[in-house]
Amino acid sequence: MTSTMLAASVAGIGYWGNGLPSWEAARAYLADGSLVPDPPRRPSPQLLAPNERRRAPETVAVALEVAMAACAAAGRDPASLPSVFASTHGDLSITDYMCSTLVDEPRTISPTRFHNSVHNAAAGYWTIGAGAMAPATAISAFDATFAQGLLEAMVQVASGSDAVLLVAYDSTASGPLALTSPSQGLLGGALVLVREHLPGRPRLVVGLHEAGQGNGVTPAGALATLAKGNAMTPMLPLFEALGGAGTRAHLFAGPGRILEVGIATH
Amino acid sequence: MPAVAIRAYTATTAVGRGNGALAEALRTRRGGLRRNDFGPDRLDCWIGRVDGLEEHALPAQLARWECRNNRLAWMALQQDGVLQAVAQVRERHGAERVAVVMGTSTASIGASEEAYTRLVGEPGQQRFAPDLDRPIVHTPHSLGDFVRAATDLRGPCITVATACSSSAKVFAQAARLIQSGVVDAALVGGVDTLCGSVLFGFNALQLVSPDPCRPFDQTRVGLSLGEAGGFAVLERPGQDDTGLQLRGYGESSDAHHMSAPHPEGLGARLAMGDALARAGIQPEQLDYLNLHGTATPANDSIEAAAVAAMFGPGLHASSTKGWTGHTLGAAGIVESVIALLALEHGELPGILNSSRPDPACGPQIRFDNARRRIDYAMNNSFGFGGNNASLVFGRA
Repeated sequence: MTSTMLAASVAGIGYWGNGLPSWEAARAYLADGSLVPDPPRRPSPQLLAPNERRRAPETVAVALEVAMAACAAAGRDPASLPSVFASTHGDLSITDYMCSTLVDEPRTISPTRFHNSVHNAAAGYWTIGAGAMAPATAISAFDATFAQGLLEAMVQVASGSDAVLLVAYDSTASGPLALTSPSQGLLGGALVLVREHLPGRPRLVVGLHEAGQGNGVTPAGALATLAKGNAMTPMLPLFEALGGAGTRAHLFAGPGRILEVGIATH
Repeated sequence: MPAVAIRAYTATTAVGRGNGALAEALRTRRGGLRRNDFGPDRLDCWIGRVDGLEEHALPAQLARWECRNNRLAWMALQQDGVLQAVAQVRERHGAERVAVVMGTSTASIGASEEAYTRLVGEPGQQRFAPDLDRPIVHTPHSLGDFVRAATDLRGPCITVATACSSSAKVFAQAARLIQSGVVDAALVGGVDTLCGSVLFGFNALQLVSPDPCRPFDQTRVGLSLGEAGGFAVLERPGQDDTGLQLRGYGESSDAHHMSAPHPEGLGARLAMGDALARAGIQPEQLDYLNLHGTATPANDSIEAAAVAAMFGPGLHASSTKGWTGHTLGAAGIVESVIALLALEHGELPGILNSSRPDPACGPQIRFDNARRRIDYAMNNSFGFGGNNASLVFGRA
């Protein structure tokens, strides 16, 4: 049976990775290898109050930073958009904290760290900060997380939403967990996807297919050399195509499955 | 929205395995909570624990996914013809055209917790023991990936983890996947199991009751935690379809606080209103509402006020958490199953352990069971991060 194809335009893009603290920086790096001098070590999302910016978990900081940037680039009010937050592991450092504290002193668990341990913590902080009462979801699909998150965002557009915010991110693992579930550095990407055609903006057409001979995952490129080891690197073939005038990206979508993304600019 | 057919459904909770045990417990008002006997350090509270998980290892071919949460998923999958219904939709549409959409709050973090209790190696270089050095059980998608492997389905496979609304949202996501034509059917569900993180985490938030929880009672002091698993097989209906259906869903965000509900219940009202609108029914047409009703002081008075503002006195609304405990990411599927049982058998559960209604309770909040044929039932599930979902079920 043939796969159903879904289409949406990319109204805005957000990006934050090691050494590349914006989509502009990522595009410049893709174009000529240039790097930002003294890039920040972690994002400082303006959506949060100054004291919260420092205290927020890394995953929340990177997710809100790229989400805000994508909305700004799209010229969309963050409060108006339904959102899909996609992360392979959520905040691995909080998982490490919870597990090690449970061994040593379970009755001292921090209530704030506990509520920040939910997979939808970034989605929660985003909706609170943006004043967004629109639906928000938080998903994971292990190494297929980005493809499945993109598919869900495209499905939301196909089933009635005019525009959807997709936010993907992963962070650094710590403690014994880091050897079994490795992830290094901070990486985030966001897309505002809209149903209408937008002149001059990329239009995505996606479909889920069987992987096979001659139909494999697009290999990682330049962005992956800087984001090496982060669990969200499977998103990079799409961002590399979007930044470098590519016309397709094949994303890992689960065992034996590929999400084929065609990119056209009108 | 286009209705979605429900071909099979099931829930396994502290009251027993499958729908028969659940329906019987609801009808006879026999709760499943027991004094906390979970883990080495036992908080003074009551829990909804599923018996038999310790003795039921996963089959050898699924050993990679071995953990308490996936054991409960496996146990729940065997009940009420779910696997047979999965086989039928796979046969009709092909494995590529059937999605797996699972909801969980903590997935199998119990396995990660266990790994930290028996690390191997020198201090500073400690790692997980070989039997727990399996990445798939230390990540939120443990559940979705296990169910995919256990059913051989090849459509979109995703785990929704929005805390306690997770396995209500799976119905909405599956409905969209079917509506947009990506798939023709979906296996949805949710599983959450007891673990240190949630027991001590909710304790840190001072939300755990020392006694069995008392939803909507003016003396309630908090929730009782539980574990549960459940599934439903959804399919695009045919021309002359009969049987139970998902008729509407509504999702919203409170945009208020990470662990406290919006004081006026605005997010809850948005979700319920959108679910009714998608179902194309008026509030007075709704017969039964399974409330989120966690028995925390804040949730129940706010939810009761929101219900009183939206619905007439004819609605029978209740929380069933006195039977099962708050099963977190599984609450959506468990309480959807209870709503479906009410549609199928006409048994409307009341509320267990409660006797003195909170002042915010309108005439909708019913402590006693009732029996009557109904046409529409709703389920509310609200989670941390202000994440809300409401579902409307009916029949063709």
